[in-house]
Amino acid sequence: MSSALLPKPQMRRLLARRMKFHLFGAFLLSVGCAALYKFGVADPRKRAYAEFYKNYDPMKDFEAMRAAGVLESAPPK
Amino acid sequence: MELLFFCIVTSKRCLRRSQKLEWVCLLFPCAAGVVKAEDFSLPAYVNRRDVPLPEVAFVKDLSAQQKALKEKEKASWTALSVDEKVELYRIKFNESYAEMNRGSNEWKTVLGGVLFFLGVTGLILIWQKHYMYGPIPHTFSDEWLSMQTKRMLDMRINPVEGISSQWDYEKNEWKK
Repeated sequence: MSSALLPKPQMRRLLARRMKFHLFGAFLLSVGCAALYKFGVADPRKRAYAEFYKNYDPMKDFEAMRAAGVLESAPPK
Repeated sequence: MELLFFCIVTSKRCLRRSQKLEWVCLLFPCAAGVVKAEDFSLPAYVNRRDVPLPEVAFVKDLSAQQKALKEKEKASWTALSVDEKVELYRIKFNESYAEMNRGSNEWKTVLGGVLFFLGVTGLILIWQKHYMYGPIPHTFSDEWLSMQTKRMLDMRINPVEGISSQWDYEKNEWKK
């Protein structure tokens, strides 16, 4: 037990301080998660689909699948 | 006469219910309560963060020294020494907030117990796989799986981002 007085602790605006901290944190975390998802998952996926369908020839794909023998109603020639 | 009989009956009931003989029951059988208020029905002291000022003080029966201190408390508080203030605090409260909120090492026990029982479960599962379960289906063999994968690639399953996108159709091998 020290003889010197302890510094007076924070007595007021405790909830306000907590709310400010948590509001900031919640906002930043949610925006951060959204941004991470957009730039990590959504945009690459959109680009991948765009790339795939840029020079996609469905008939060529169909002939390849038919040649492999996976289509029951379209047997290989 | 009937009143006297009722008193004796009531007092016997008192003796059975409570340890002390309630003389009140003998004199006033119809008036005061039959049973002395039990400890758990009276306001109690609690050591809780959300109850800063409990209903009763912690120390109920004060010693002579503490009674003297309580008398001194009625005078000006600047006359009290630091130790006397601490003594008054300890009379009123069991633990300070710091003592109340102190952490413990319980989490180590909990974590150890959880991991231990997970390990026991793992041992049980290993025993089961070895001694109890029959063979897995033939469709899990390597030959079947390679035939299955080849068929998936022929069908162009998930060609954009999935398995067929990892296969090089010109060279007939997996993309590097």
